[in-house]
Amino acid sequence: MGYNFQFGVLVNYLPEFVGGLGLTLLLSLVGIFGGLALGIACAIVSVRGPLIPRVMVRVYVEIMRNTPMLVQIFVIFFGLPSLGIRLSPFVSVLLAIVLNNGGYIAEIVRAGIQSIHPSQVEAAESLGLTGGQTMRFVILPPALERVMTPIISQSVLLMLATSLVSAIGVEDLTGVAMIASSETFRTMEIYVVIAFIYVGLNFVFRALLNAVGLLMFKRSRQRLLGRA
Amino acid sequence: MREFGQAEVLFIIFALQWTLTLTALAFVGGGIAGLGVALLRISRSRIIRWLVSGYIQIVQGMPLLVLMFLCYYAPSLFGIELDALFAAGIALTLNASAFLGAIWESALRAIPKAQWESAEALALPQSKVLRFVIAPQAVRIALPSTVGYLVQIVKETSLASIIGFVEITRAGQLVSNATFEPMKAFVCVAILYFVICFPLSRFSQWLEARSPGRAKGTSRGKRSIRSKSPKTT
Repeated sequence: MGYNFQFGVLVNYLPEFVGGLGLTLLLSLVGIFGGLALGIACAIVSVRGPLIPRVMVRVYVEIMRNTPMLVQIFVIFFGLPSLGIRLSPFVSVLLAIVLNNGGYIAEIVRAGIQSIHPSQVEAAESLGLTGGQTMRFVILPPALERVMTPIISQSVLLMLATSLVSAIGVEDLTGVAMIASSETFRTMEIYVVIAFIYVGLNFVFRALLNAVGLLMFKRSRQRLLGRA
Repeated sequence: MREFGQAEVLFIIFALQWTLTLTALAFVGGGIAGLGVALLRISRSRIIRWLVSGYIQIVQGMPLLVLMFLCYYAPSLFGIELDALFAAGIALTLNASAFLGAIWESALRAIPKAQWESAEALALPQSKVLRFVIAPQAVRIALPSTVGYLVQIVKETSLASIIGFVEITRAGQLVSNATFEPMKAFVCVAILYFVICFPLSRFSQWLEARSPGRAKGTSRGKRSIRSKSPKTT
């Protein structure tokens, strides 16, 4: 192999990479928590709502889960202007990420809600709790706790998927890497470094989200620490 | 400027063969490599288990897009010019091997230890234990997730468009550039993906609903067991 790896040129791009990393983090966090909120709302509608909203949520979830995110980004960024809705690249990808993640989270949370035993709801009813109170205090906490692991996996996958925003020129970590590699021709060095940054981010996100889960759910905390 | 008409739709549909080729390449390649990964993950040697676990963590931990760039540009270090189809195929294969390996490993681990032990007590060699005792049970457990992951692969082939491989997403871009009708072009592409992925997703859900270990876990199953037991005893 007649190739010298030269990582030196990367140092000149440090500010760009830090900016790109920031954007990746921003997109990931908004996507994760926005998607979580949207997904929980959709899950509640799909188990409780009237027929028409329920069907609409079903259609939305199936579309998001069965088409690639890249195509969703293209439809929103390139397609919507022909309907008179012109969004900046950043807003388009943000919208695409939140909508995409919402679809996945909705399906995960729905499974969690349906795993709650009906007797729980009956017990809540006999205590005179309203429907909303039952959902908020009786169903959702254990349901979310049960599906915490798939939610974390999905969130990490979403963080990796934010790299797709570079396809429409948003300068996240991957976008910056594309620019830097076309300017310096140090393609391999740049992508190897980027790959390890993502692998690192992967662990950081997993740890942080697990910590959030432990803070939110007393029972998971007790399971971890032993009965305290 | 061209109108968005039948010819454009046909152009996108025609590109479907490349999406399907890439999917097949990734699924077969990833399946073979994934089987190796799964088997190595349950190997007796701790070092092998650790190495393979590291491989899974690294491949799952980097975006497929970055992996694809690496596979596309790395061969040129050795002076080999790799076709976009093969670069995308290799990247998807590596990615699928990590995910399928993890799915199949957990299926292998889900088989009760007694099955291994009793097969050993019958003096079956290791390879026959796997082939005749463990695999048939593990396949039933792993099938729903495997079909589910196939849907994932179909969608992931869209990333090959970024390195310039003409599958349906790239075909959609080309049509959109030629006709200035991005909405129609990309919605057409999305519909094609949906037509492939939706039946597969439903199939995966159907498999999961009728899989053996499932009935015990669901609340519905629990309830029916409880309500029936007083009558039978």
